[in-house]
Amino acid sequence: MTSADFSAVLPEVVIAAYAMLALLFGVYTTKDKTAPMLVWVTAALFVLVAVWIGISGQGSIAAFEGMFIDDAFSRFAKVMILLAAAAILIMSEGYMARRDLLRFEYPVLIALAVVGMMVMVSAGDLMTLYMGLELQSLSLYVVASLRRDSVKSTEAGLKYFVLGALSSGMLLYGASLTYGYAGTTLFSGIIATVSEGDIPLGLLFGLVFLITGLAFKVSAVPFHMWTPDVYEGAPTPVTAFFATAPKVAAMALFARVVHDAFGGVVSDWQQILALLSVLSMFLGAVAAIGQRDIKRLMAYSSIAHMGYALMGLAAGTAFGVQAMLVYMAIYVTMNVGTFAFILSMERDGQHITDISSLNLYARTSPARALAMLILLFSLAGVPPLVGFFGKYYVLLAAVEADMAWLALAGVVASVIGAFYYLRIVYLMYFGEERDGLDAGGSPILGAFLMGSAAIMVLGVINLFGVEALAAAAAATLVN
Amino acid sequence: MIGLEHYLTVAAVLFVIGIFGLFLNRKNVIILLMSIELILLAVNINFIAFSSHLGLNDLVGQVFTLFILTVAAAEAAIGLAILVCFFRNRGTIDVEDVNVMKG
Repeated sequence: MTSADFSAVLPEVVIAAYAMLALLFGVYTTKDKTAPMLVWVTAALFVLVAVWIGISGQGSIAAFEGMFIDDAFSRFAKVMILLAAAAILIMSEGYMARRDLLRFEYPVLIALAVVGMMVMVSAGDLMTLYMGLELQSLSLYVVASLRRDSVKSTEAGLKYFVLGALSSGMLLYGASLTYGYAGTTLFSGIIATVSEGDIPLGLLFGLVFLITGLAFKVSAVPFHMWTPDVYEGAPTPVTAFFATAPKVAAMALFARVVHDAFGGVVSDWQQILALLSVLSMFLGAVAAIGQRDIKRLMAYSSIAHMGYALMGLAAGTAFGVQAMLVYMAIYVTMNVGTFAFILSMERDGQHITDISSLNLYARTSPARALAMLILLFSLAGVPPLVGFFGKYYVLLAAVEADMAWLALAGVVASVIGAFYYLRIVYLMYFGEERDGLDAGGSPILGAFLMGSAAIMVLGVINLFGVEALAAAAAATLVN
Repeated sequence: MIGLEHYLTVAAVLFVIGIFGLFLNRKNVIILLMSIELILLAVNINFIAFSSHLGLNDLVGQVFTLFILTVAAAEAAIGLAILVCFFRNRGTIDVEDVNVMKG
């Protein structure tokens, strides 16, 4: 019994123990000379654990009397989180080392955040949910203000902290109401109360507050205010991290809560999610048009993408969850490549995030410009590329759930959104003569950029089998 | 006789005061931290009230409260640490001056 429980949480325990050891090691060997090595070791550990979870995991285990769930859904999300975090760590090493930003705390904090995310996606109880969420959030507040001599970075950390704490407060208030009216914090207990048909008013309030708190974490409109500022202010590798792994974790947690705990009252939360989805897609598409800073633009882009992922969730079906998982997998792959490009934007060794610096970039580095073109087309959802299939899946899920209006809104928003992606392509190929960017750049970043672009092209054959895995994952969550 | 509703009302009032404190306060970031603490304490009152209402054997709410108290302490520590860094760079902790980035 107990040993089975502990073997279910073994991956988390391994990473948490590693984080403690790395912290001790960093403190004893004094200062940041060990940091590059720690970054590589952490990334390697993430990849190993991802492979381990992917290969050894089977069946569904509800450990600790249902508080911690290890099933195909959580394993799918965990592998995605671990691989994304490993990719971002490797990408950030060179960038941060050259800017004197690479402190040994960075990989340790990322490791702790990843443990938090893994606990989040496995949560089977409101308590597990809260502890995972806070472990992730507290680590991320600190990483956001990692460049502590910069006003922008500390301001980003401060804003993220205040709004993140507010959202945790909302989520907790919802959790307390849910506990009071369902009499338990276990998801399996909540769904038993809920599925008796009528949902008590107090429980409905609890559900709304829980959704509000979670919407903050996935930065869905109208709870997105922190996203652009935090993305712009945080150091670029940290921004890249924010745009990938935590989004997957929060989205998976969202799916877990609405299906595992409130699966009996789909029609009650469906409308809320549909509204969040429409608002996110349109605000993300429209507000990004005026942006001059590429990190800010990526913030609005991620808001819009979260809108599409929420559309899959709003369908309220197993196919909807599958569509959401496929969408997130594609989104993360695209963002890793795009941020590899953004990290390599430099002029005279200075990091530049101004979009106008991309003018005629294709003349100096044609290969990188082509890879970026593919990624931007994919982000916009242009048909032959993989990004299109992500959008196609969520739209199909919405149509099958009789929400054709939502799918239609999604199509309109994606047409508007295509404008700002295509503007960057236009600047790169047909812009004016300006001070351009340095050619070349780190080979590691180049490899990630090219690899991600290649996946966007080659994935059209069968999406590398992600579809079937996502279907199996969704089937364990929705029943 | 003081029943469950009274506790829930107090908690709801504290929660709303906390939320308003976050949004209406234009003076000082420290007040934001106090508001956050108020929100978390309101939630704690809710949990304890429900826990005692649900019967003597239901300790879940009280255990949850202990977790929240612990996390709130960690959260305050991190918030103050970030605030100190911000103050060193900016020389002020007025909410109105947290505006280097627009939005």
